[in-house]
Amino acid sequence: MKLVSTGIKKVFSGFTVLSGINLEVDNGEGLVITGANGSGKSTLIKILCGLLRATAGSVEFMANGKAIPPNERRLYFGLVSPELQLYNELTAYENIRFFGKLMGIRVDNRFIHNLLEKFGLKGRGEDTIKSYSSGMKQRLKFIVSTLHSPEILFLDEPTSNLDEEGIRMVDRICFEQKKRGILIIATNEKRDLAYGEKVIELSGSGSRNSN
Amino acid sequence: MERRSSSFPAAVAAILIKDITSEFRNRYAINTLIMFSLVTVTVISISIGQFNISDEMRAAFLWIIIFFSSVSGLGQSFIKEEETGTVLALRLYSNAIAVFASKFIFNTILLLFLELIFIPLFFILLSVECGNLMLLILVIFLGSIGLTGATTLIAAIISKASVKGALFAVLSFPILLPLLIAAIGGTETSLTGGTTMEAIGDLKLLISYPVIMLIASVYLFEYIWIE
Repeated sequence: MKLVSTGIKKVFSGFTVLSGINLEVDNGEGLVITGANGSGKSTLIKILCGLLRATAGSVEFMANGKAIPPNERRLYFGLVSPELQLYNELTAYENIRFFGKLMGIRVDNRFIHNLLEKFGLKGRGEDTIKSYSSGMKQRLKFIVSTLHSPEILFLDEPTSNLDEEGIRMVDRICFEQKKRGILIIATNEKRDLAYGEKVIELSGSGSRNSN
Repeated sequence: MERRSSSFPAAVAAILIKDITSEFRNRYAINTLIMFSLVTVTVISISIGQFNISDEMRAAFLWIIIFFSSVSGLGQSFIKEEETGTVLALRLYSNAIAVFASKFIFNTILLLFLELIFIPLFFILLSVECGNLMLLILVIFLGSIGLTGATTLIAAIISKASVKGALFAVLSFPILLPLLIAAIGGTETSLTGGTTMEAIGDLKLLISYPVIMLIASVYLFEYIWIE
């Protein structure tokens, strides 16, 4: 799997947020996107995921040298983002089962039970997630985003709301993801720079690339 | 490496079950729909009092209530997803057309359920007699499908706007006007005891409207859904 983007530009109401972003990330690599607040980190992640249309430029997911059609890309990646919310009125079991069905994965209760235990949510699976703390919701987002073992994992501010144990969990997920495929993180945490072989720093109207 | 998504019917069923479960737990749309329709039926029946009104007026009142109840409640399925931030997860992991289809089915079930409650009440409070019940059921069923087809698409369009309620009504009215005229005409024919052949003009429109609306939605929804 390879992710290639060329000449990405995004303009919101006449204001250029991103300009001339070129990326190439290969299997086994991590890319860290940094930059000040408002520099366009989350916007870039959304464009790479296909949740937002770029004003100019292109994004390609390549598998075995062939481009994956845009309508099939969602099968190959997962996303954890502060903007992405799960269903508060459903329980953790129901949320996982629902997204599993959308991804075409059969998930039984034992499988979900094991996942909840692994992610530190044991015993809370039957509660509606409106009773969860923000850190617990963040853990559940990690479960959902990695349910289909995606080739590409996008993480936007992954350690926000997490305690020390949660941060160790993110470390483990990032390590496993780089063994499986591609990891892309948007962050301002200095410690998260260690996840990336490649780092891109956004300045708000363009970018400075460094390897 | 090759991956397969869930089948279209499985995705539609999953979203539909999720929406029904959510609605059972918070009863946001159904409460709005029921309250609006019951209050309107009661107010109309009190206002009319002992006056004897024509079947044309009765049919118009019926569809005015259905239209405004739809505008007040049926937009919630998309608006709630947008307001709670769950729309991003849905956009990410689901096929756009499956989302539209499930929301359309959900809204149709909701509206038909509402009609099951308030139409008998409308008939009792306004002393309505129906000359051709089968035609009335057919007109209400087709009219409701047309109504939910259009309102589901409009709800998706306006869910990102800041003045959702006003915009929903303003956009819905001109789009739904031909459907409402045909539905009122068909309902009047059924109340006066007219035959299906007498209402054929209205029925043709009531059948073609949802077909056109659903085909347009399939083409338009993907553009509305992303960004």
